[in-house]
Amino acid sequence: MGKVIVVTSGKGGVGKTTSSAALGAALAKGGDKVVVVDFDVGLRNLDLVMGAERRVVYDLVNVIQGEAKLTQALIRDKRVETLYLLPASQTRDKDNLTAEGVEKVIGALKSVFDWVICDSPAGIERGATLAMRHADVAIVVTNPEVSSVRDSDRIIGLLDSKTLRAENGEHMEKHLLLTRYDPVRAERGDMLKVDDVLEILSIPLLGIIPESMDVLRASNLGSPVTLADDRSAPSIAYFEAARRLQGENLPIMIPGEKRGFFGKIFGRKAA
Amino acid sequence: MTAVLTKPRPIRLKGRSYLALTLTPELPLEDWLIRLDELAALSAGFFLRRPVVLDIEGLELDRAELRDLVGKLSGRGVRIMGIEGARASMLGSDLPPAMSGGRSAADVEPPAAEVAPESVVRSEPAPGKPTPSIIVTQPVRSGQSLFFPEGDVTVVGSVASGAEVVAGGSIHVYGTLRGRALAGTMGNASARIFCSRLEAELLAIDGFYKTAEDMEPELRGKAVQIWLEGETFKVGSIA
Repeated sequence: MGKVIVVTSGKGGVGKTTSSAALGAALAKGGDKVVVVDFDVGLRNLDLVMGAERRVVYDLVNVIQGEAKLTQALIRDKRVETLYLLPASQTRDKDNLTAEGVEKVIGALKSVFDWVICDSPAGIERGATLAMRHADVAIVVTNPEVSSVRDSDRIIGLLDSKTLRAENGEHMEKHLLLTRYDPVRAERGDMLKVDDVLEILSIPLLGIIPESMDVLRASNLGSPVTLADDRSAPSIAYFEAARRLQGENLPIMIPGEKRGFFGKIFGRKAA
Repeated sequence: MTAVLTKPRPIRLKGRSYLALTLTPELPLEDWLIRLDELAALSAGFFLRRPVVLDIEGLELDRAELRDLVGKLSGRGVRIMGIEGARASMLGSDLPPAMSGGRSAADVEPPAAEVAPESVVRSEPAPGKPTPSIIVTQPVRSGQSLFFPEGDVTVVGSVASGAEVVAGGSIHVYGTLRGRALAGTMGNASARIFCSRLEAELLAIDGFYKTAEDMEPELRGKAVQIWLEGETFKVGSIA
């Protein structure tokens, strides 16, 4: 049985889709079978970021409504053969997502894939709650600024109450992925510090993704940043986050902090 | 009027909890209404003058259907005081207000024992046996409301911005208090608020409140206790 991960944030534009694609590609590159599912019905983006927008025939809503088989809707990535995409519908309304339908699709995917990554829409409405509903693990994507942190806090509360795991009284594993971290602005005090965010959200840190033009450039090329250039700083950070997801215990480096402060660097407990 | 203008008295905000019956309709609604009628037939005045909350969580009702359901219920003498589990957009001024944060109490005895269990009325906020205090070991997240009118609340963790803790007694936060803390809401002026770090958006004791703007800036970030002396807030360090 594979693991179901929801990538969520509450706030829009913090990097959920970018992170879903980048982590999915990083896991798949290591040989794991990965499917990334776009839950943003009506405003889909994942197909663009994965460079599959011209190959979409059927989508999640078609599968849920019984108009297509799951195998017909899955799109295999052209670069990494263990990476698949299940696109969202752009034309349908998100009311077409039903709880039973989503459960069936996730159940079927989880029996075939090692990782089912659900890219949640922004907000706390139906699409977002259905995306998190069946998750085993949640990745909370947060930017180091107050509104994003508060929205993430709200989402963590929902993860602890509205998911199947929470309702069954089980522990919901949650990780913080801090994205768009800008060392220069953090130094100037224009952004929240890593420690402040961790103190407010009090969930383990999965990784810190530095703000970088590489991310935007890769998205515009239709490639997850981990496939576009695996040597760029955000790419390395995503690869490390993926290894932590697989259970490896890697120390986390705060971008911009000088090496040598070993206590500071290695004293931080990874996710 | 002039007296009011010359001597402004703060408006007091108080919370109070009541025992309300909760009706949880099931689809199809027609069948459920028939079962409700059967239940009501056993005791004519069962729902009369009782506060009833309608819980429609999980039911896929649109606004018109909901209004229709509330209408049908009021036709049966069931007056709905609030609706739980509905999207805010569904409830206009013509429908009862949204309710949330209810806690289950013991089941209310239906008029007769041999009624099918699915039509039994479930009850919500409850006095029950008075419990003097609760301890919460998780952070209170934004959007969450911790409501404990019976007594003291202790939070081992932080209270986030946009979260609120409402207690009948005192509130203790072993962490940062960023959200709202409303102590002594059941009319207890001797309740206090304690926190290891004060960053609160709003503090209230026994209906008197203070917003972040009115708080002395030098108290921010400090470990403090807050209590009421007459109608003024007093703050002391507990570090």
